Amino acid sequence: MSGPSTYTPKSGIEKWLDQRLPLPRLMHDTIHTFPTPKNLNWWYVFGGILTFCLVTQIVTGIVLAMHYKPDATLAFGSVEKIMREVNYGWLIRYIHANGASMFFLAVYIHMFRGLYYGSYKAPRELIWIIGVLIYVLMTATAFFGYVLPWGQMSFWGATVITNFFTAIPLIGTHIATWLWGDFAVGDATLNRFFSLHYLLPFVIAGVVGLHIWALHVPGNNNPLGIDVKSPQDTVPFHPYYTVKDAFGLVVFLIFFALFVFYAPEFFGNPDNAIEANPLVTPPEIVPEWYLLPFYAILRSIPNKLLGVIALGAAILILAFIPWLDTSRVRSCRFRPTMKWLFWFFAIDCVILGYCGSQPVDAAIAGISLVWIARAGALYYFGFFFPIMPLVGIFETPKPLPASISQPVLGE
Amino acid sequence: MKHFPLRLALGLSLAFGVSTAALAQAADNSHRLPPKKEEFSFEGPFGTYDRGALQRGFQVYKEVCGACHALQHVAFHNLAERGGPGFTEAQAKGIAAGYKIPAEPNDKGETTDDKGERLTRPGILADYFPSPFPNENAARANNGGALPPDLSMIIKAREAGPNYVYSILTGFHQTPPHGFAVTKDKYYNPYFEGRNIGMPPPLQANSVTYNDGTKATVEQEAHDVVTFLAWASEPKMEERKQMGFSVLIFLIAFAGVLFAAKKKLWADVH
Repeated sequence: MSGPSTYTPKSGIEKWLDQRLPLPRLMHDTIHTFPTPKNLNWWYVFGGILTFCLVTQIVTGIVLAMHYKPDATLAFGSVEKIMREVNYGWLIRYIHANGASMFFLAVYIHMFRGLYYGSYKAPRELIWIIGVLIYVLMTATAFFGYVLPWGQMSFWGATVITNFFTAIPLIGTHIATWLWGDFAVGDATLNRFFSLHYLLPFVIAGVVGLHIWALHVPGNNNPLGIDVKSPQDTVPFHPYYTVKDAFGLVVFLIFFALFVFYAPEFFGNPDNAIEANPLVTPPEIVPEWYLLPFYAILRSIPNKLLGVIALGAAILILAFIPWLDTSRVRSCRFRPTMKWLFWFFAIDCVILGYCGSQPVDAAIAGISLVWIARAGALYYFGFFFPIMPLVGIFETPKPLPASISQPVLGE
Repeated sequence: MKHFPLRLALGLSLAFGVSTAALAQAADNSHRLPPKKEEFSFEGPFGTYDRGALQRGFQVYKEVCGACHALQHVAFHNLAERGGPGFTEAQAKGIAAGYKIPAEPNDKGETTDDKGERLTRPGILADYFPSPFPNENAARANNGGALPPDLSMIIKAREAGPNYVYSILTGFHQTPPHGFAVTKDKYYNPYFEGRNIGMPPPLQANSVTYNDGTKATVEQEAHDVVTFLAWASEPKMEERKQMGFSVLIFLIAFAGVLFAAKKKLWADVH
């Protein structure tokens, strides 16, 4: 919080440090006494969970990199060696592979929570925009990582995604060649993807630092979406939220562990247990589940270039939400119309995800999934524009409580 | 593992999609049938590999499948590891010694003899199962152009792997539907996509002679070799499930402690 620091150095070492590099003061103000609204609900535990996910992915990833060989002829075998010969290699790899899915599950809940409670609105626009940047970096990292085991879906997924760049007029093919380091996805591509997959998590860690820094200036939003008015509205972050977040994290870990130990291939694709073969195309090339809604938007547009533009726009539009939403009220609790449109949007994302997981020519009850995906894509973009600006203008919000303490006391 | 209830809970409506797809394909007999449902000991959260089935399955692989199919990611020492077929180290050594491994260059730097044949040596525990063919071209030439896939990951590499492989192995000798043309040099198998498979029926009754007295029917042999191949795909499954049980017990207890701490701590916050 931007308020005055409440830290007083106690020991001699602390006094010495405080005049030179005030790390204890930083920790004290940001983790210990940081005043946090006392009404944060369970949807707010995912920030801590995401930090845990990032650290887990980096630690398991570094160990995997000690045994992995980024070479098109050796990669697949080296992953199997990790699974079979390296001590607890199977455990580390299953944590890493399922950890990616858990990371995305948590980030989606975190994003939808921000959307519902209006956490992107002034003065928190930058927290949201930095968050969108983290999400884009996560997507890129996950994509590079999925290529590394060099199975069939790794190879063909990489081929499909990198071919998006060939949609760019005139220079598209050259860009693709430059990205591949070859005239197709091959050994050179695998090598650079490994390099980037190792680099980007540390970039994410840096940007997460900015995300938290930006959060600590205005402080947390809360489910009521109203500002903190007095010290009665807050509790110190430690121990109140450290203990609450720890409980949330352990419940999340139980869910995580169920996959790692009892369904480790749940999110996987059987084709990735077959070594990459440029001469055999799998019958269906499907991206990982967390990218399926965007894949559905891409496929719903018959023109390749426009499809790729729509795919990019679907992610980038998130960065403009702080200005697309014209409402003065943050939380959907007090926005009777937006509340429903929000839940339609959440369902729409699930429907788009389902469409993306199915073959192109699939249909339900005679309705082609492509048309369902088109309707879904229309609502996806329509939700941000014109729905967001218009609802903000025409909706009559419910009266807001006077302070955070008041409704809590009233309950 | 594939039938884990969370699959439903996570709700990507996969089952819905599969059932509509199955309906659409029922009329078209060039597509494959859904696999049979066979019970295996290794299914479910507490399932383990049946040791007898693993050893018998290894025998089926060695005496039948291994003539054409490689098992390149499995090493001989794996056969004596915890959670595996339960061979002793001496038995695994004996099995390894029965295989011919392409030899390292000899003192003269040669890897072939005077006739150009590849020099070999007996296998040791550190070796991996050697491929039955020296390369892909040789494998195809010996199998009518079809490539017998490596089996070390076959159960993982197919949707509903154990049931799929079991269905293929027991799905021969059926009369094709009226009007269905079986391609020359192929065999009719309704569980294989396209229903024309390059593999001749591999298992017959008494293809192997089990020394534990089990009757070697086609179904028994298929069941055993699927169990062995499931282990080959996922050799650490038993260790994984056991560790998972302890981890979950710990996490649930820890969650209980944290929940109590949270409740006590927040009791005074209004």
